[in-house]
Amino acid sequence: MRVEDLGCQRGGVPVLEGVSFTLAAGEALALRGPNGSGKTTLLRTIAGLQPPAGGRIELAEDSVAYGAHADGLKATLTVAENLAFWAAIHACDKVSEALEAFELRPLATRPAQKLSAGQKRRLGLARLLVTGRPLWLLDEPTVSLDADSVGLFGRAVRAHLSAGGAALIATHTDLGLEARVLDVTAFAATGGPAPGGFAEAFA
Amino acid sequence: MSALLLRDLKLAVRAGGGFGLGLAFFLIVTVLVPFGVGPDSGLLARIAPGILWVGALLACLLSLDRIFQLDWEDGSLELLATAPIPMEGVVLMKALAHWLSSALPLVLAAPVLGVLLNLPTAGYGWLMLSLALGTPALSMIGTFGAALTVGLKRGGLLLSLLVLPLYVPTLIFGTEAARRGAEGLANATPLLMLAGITAGVTALLPFAAAAVIRVNLR
Repeated sequence: MRVEDLGCQRGGVPVLEGVSFTLAAGEALALRGPNGSGKTTLLRTIAGLQPPAGGRIELAEDSVAYGAHADGLKATLTVAENLAFWAAIHACDKVSEALEAFELRPLATRPAQKLSAGQKRRLGLARLLVTGRPLWLLDEPTVSLDADSVGLFGRAVRAHLSAGGAALIATHTDLGLEARVLDVTAFAATGGPAPGGFAEAFA
Repeated sequence: MSALLLRDLKLAVRAGGGFGLGLAFFLIVTVLVPFGVGPDSGLLARIAPGILWVGALLACLLSLDRIFQLDWEDGSLELLATAPIPMEGVVLMKALAHWLSSALPLVLAAPVLGVLLNLPTAGYGWLMLSLALGTPALSMIGTFGAALTVGLKRGGLLLSLLVLPLYVPTLIFGTEAARRGAEGLANATPLLMLAGITAGVTALLPFAAAAVIRVNLR
């Protein structure tokens, strides 16, 4: 995957400009930057949820698995049913591997509404495995995870990378990965919101 | 795409899914009408097709704001937008799930409620046929309205205001087909118009709704 001179906007406001990087199979790239600096906007633009303001994204079609802040879980479906749904949507058959990888097997028949925040997050991350997609775009994946679960997640990402996948991860925690770091503050758009992004909100 | 349909139907019948709410509403509205207009059976028989159609339409409206709102709130809609199925397909499956879980029970219950309103015997078949032909259009138009208002806080009221005027042609031809059938008159024209409306909105609105959702997700 290659990104060249990409400009990102959120709600019509330019947030980032001139973003360029490449990401090869087996590589991970960590996005760093303070809150509101445009990490989420960059991920959403690459995922195709927002049109770029300029520049180009070279990316194979249908290769992105987006892990957002929200996990996309249905409260009244069980853990296994939630995973089975996303597996069916992506025509992928890795439900039991995903349950194993995030140690969700004992919870498989529990409705998602009875899970703790960390367990929900683990289920949300397990969803990435059943997409069968090579490029993971992860937005703060370790929120509400305990140290053990962060370890599980790190292991899942390493397995994904060694299987030829790639990952772009916006995070503040150390996942124990050998990842290059991309500081998005270097690409802040001129005339965009100040780093922190709160200036407008409280003006 | 069938996975999405099955999931939506499963969610509808599980606790909190709202299945049966529209049906109960339809029942109550129809029971209230004789209290309002009086027990004159001749008058009730004359207005029965219209009352049943309006009741079914309003009951359909009740569940519209759930079509996309819940998926938007829990992030599923964004994830579906990055999934390999086209957004047009998502819209179509959502409309079909709404029809199966909300509108089809109304079609099946309508004859029972027709008894309460002294609907003429000849009218039962025509009432069900007109509802079966017309309610898919209600679901499809409603899904488009739900796509327009997805992400708005308390968009339910705005949704009703947007959708109700669009329901007018379906209502006119639907009641006309049922009324003329009940009175033993020829009703092929309104039935064909009704079928035409359903076919037209099913062909066009998935594209419009999908485009609107992509904009709303930005």
